Amino acid sequence: MTLIDGALQGTSSDSFLEVRDLLVHFPTEDGLVHAVDRVSFSLEPGKTIAIVGESGSGKSVTAQALMGLITRRTATVEGQVFFEGHDIVSMDDEELRRLRGKKMAMIFQDPLSSLHPFYSIARQLVEAVRVHQKVSKSEARDQAIAMLHKVGIPSPERRIDDYPHQLSGGMRQRVMIAMALINSPDLLIADEPTTALDVTVQAQILELLTSLQEEFQTAIILITHDLGVVAEVADDVLVMYGGRAVEYGPVDEVFHSPEMPYTLGLLASVPRIDRELGERLDPIPGNPPSLITLPKGCVFFPRCTYSHEVDGQTCATVRPELESTSAGHLVRCHLPADVRRANAVAKLALIAASHTKSGDAPS
Amino acid sequence: MAVYLFKRLIRVVVLLLLISLVVFMLFSVLPTDPARLTCGKACTPAIIEANRHRLGLDMPYIQQYWLFVRGLFVGRTYFAESPSPIECGAPCLGYSFKRGEEVSTLIKENFPPTFWLAIGAFILWMVIGVFTGIYAALRRSKWQDKAVSGIALVGYALPTFFVGLVFLFFIVLKWGLLPYPSYVSPFVNLTQFLQTMILPWITLAIVSAAFYVRLTRTQMLETLGSDFIRTARAKGVKERVVLMRHALRAGLTPIVTAAGLDLAGLLGGAIITEAVFTLPGLGSLAISSVNDADLPVVVGITLVAAFFIVMANLIVDLLYPVIDPRVRLT
Repeated sequence: MTLIDGALQGTSSDSFLEVRDLLVHFPTEDGLVHAVDRVSFSLEPGKTIAIVGESGSGKSVTAQALMGLITRRTATVEGQVFFEGHDIVSMDDEELRRLRGKKMAMIFQDPLSSLHPFYSIARQLVEAVRVHQKVSKSEARDQAIAMLHKVGIPSPERRIDDYPHQLSGGMRQRVMIAMALINSPDLLIADEPTTALDVTVQAQILELLTSLQEEFQTAIILITHDLGVVAEVADDVLVMYGGRAVEYGPVDEVFHSPEMPYTLGLLASVPRIDRELGERLDPIPGNPPSLITLPKGCVFFPRCTYSHEVDGQTCATVRPELESTSAGHLVRCHLPADVRRANAVAKLALIAASHTKSGDAPS
Repeated sequence: MAVYLFKRLIRVVVLLLLISLVVFMLFSVLPTDPARLTCGKACTPAIIEANRHRLGLDMPYIQQYWLFVRGLFVGRTYFAESPSPIECGAPCLGYSFKRGEEVSTLIKENFPPTFWLAIGAFILWMVIGVFTGIYAALRRSKWQDKAVSGIALVGYALPTFFVGLVFLFFIVLKWGLLPYPSYVSPFVNLTQFLQTMILPWITLAIVSAAFYVRLTRTQMLETLGSDFIRTARAKGVKERVVLMRHALRAGLTPIVTAAGLDLAGLLGGAIITEAVFTLPGLGSLAISSVNDADLPVVVGITLVAAFFIVMANLIVDLLYPVIDPRVRLT
């Protein structure tokens, strides 16, 4: 009923970051790839939003579009991304370049392939500084050493002349973080920053990110498929599926009363250490849709176990819109709100039950 | 590092000796008789035999080869029993009886045209090839890319003698835009030098640039898709710097390898191009020596050419760790 149309009018924004109807299409030989299909969200300074979804749900493309890294030569980018009052989508390349690395920065999934293999850490960090600041090389180097110290690299004045391949995975990601934060950006986009790392290192990197966020007052867009991480660090969460936002709201709200069947499925399929050995995981059946031939109605319909609760062919033929279900909580689903909530309660109870059952198991 | 270099240099020497041995062997099975060629019109079997002995050609091949190798390291003396013996100091590449000159002198005299031809053509084709390759990569799948790739393919397919002769015919003979090529040292007459060299340079460059266009294009397309290129852009690095310092640098290894070997190959003599433009270089010397069955000169040129190739290989290998810090020489 209360569509978000109201918020979509006007051409400028007072928000720190406001994404409106972002659309990214890639023409390919096989057809048009609908990577991101009218995604909207906003972010306040110093806050964290998590974008979650399976591989191929459009989350990384969304991030790259926000950084202006999707060139208009290879893709159609529509909609608006207001960042500190300016629209990134309509900005020219040079304006964007000045913004990148200075006001907004990005870290990536695989720090080894994301650092240039032929240049020393020092050279890559100094470059990051000198692209945006008029300082001497030695001054930039001092800044780099100080930043490496901040991200927890021991004796940075000695490690700084190392090459990426001489560092461990965790250290490399620390270098990436140092490089991203060295110009104190207002926004950091972290694209699966812990996915390629050892579990023990993952926690350290997350802790580092949150402590640096406090120090620098950086807003973070965290792209991940690790729901545990989301619960830990994010304020808001945007669930993406098939290039569309399917659920969006504050983390507590979305995790405690998820309404979209896909979000439910994600929560149910998280492996837990306290489950009984041999007990089966509860995955979502089927595969994510091809972004070229998306289902006509609801993108999740082919895998949805609740669609029979909707009359006739609605799920298969009519595209659902994002609807507000409670304050700040948006859901894209044809199921009536009370049915969605009832399903969620039942599913969460089931998850909790298997949890308790296994807790009692040893006796 | 020093150990590595030492080992490599030993291998270079062994390789060069093997190459000289192979050339010696090939000559031993040739039907031509060098002693017969030293004998003029009034020739008798007795004179041929005498010449054969004087030139040391009556010795077993293995002994001839041994004398050659020994000469390389300690020098040798020709016609020791005659009143005017010829001292050939180490490294003695041999003595051409046909031309009455030491082989090393002949090579020294004929090297400058070959050197200038190689260097000029090399610079020309590297600049054209690499920059056109980058341009094609940036316009991937657009008409500019297809045009460049098509032209490169045609250039790649053209033989040097064809391109050279077409240039010579139209530009020099038909339109008279340049005087007929006549080599002179650049330190003597720079204008005439440039007028002579420009067509051979372009001829060689057209054929070789085509290869580098394709190589650079492939390398750039590969590195431009890398994660670290995305990182560089995310840092706000200017696109020109992203291309040259990040993308090109990462794809440089195969380009440097090919360039080193190509340059070295040319330094051993560009036989066809030198012949077309009548440049008195190593290539021309090689052709006439083969025609004359002038074994010492042929072996000398082969060794010099092989030396350039082997050294280029070594230099390229030494460059790898400079280009890519992950490479370690062992």
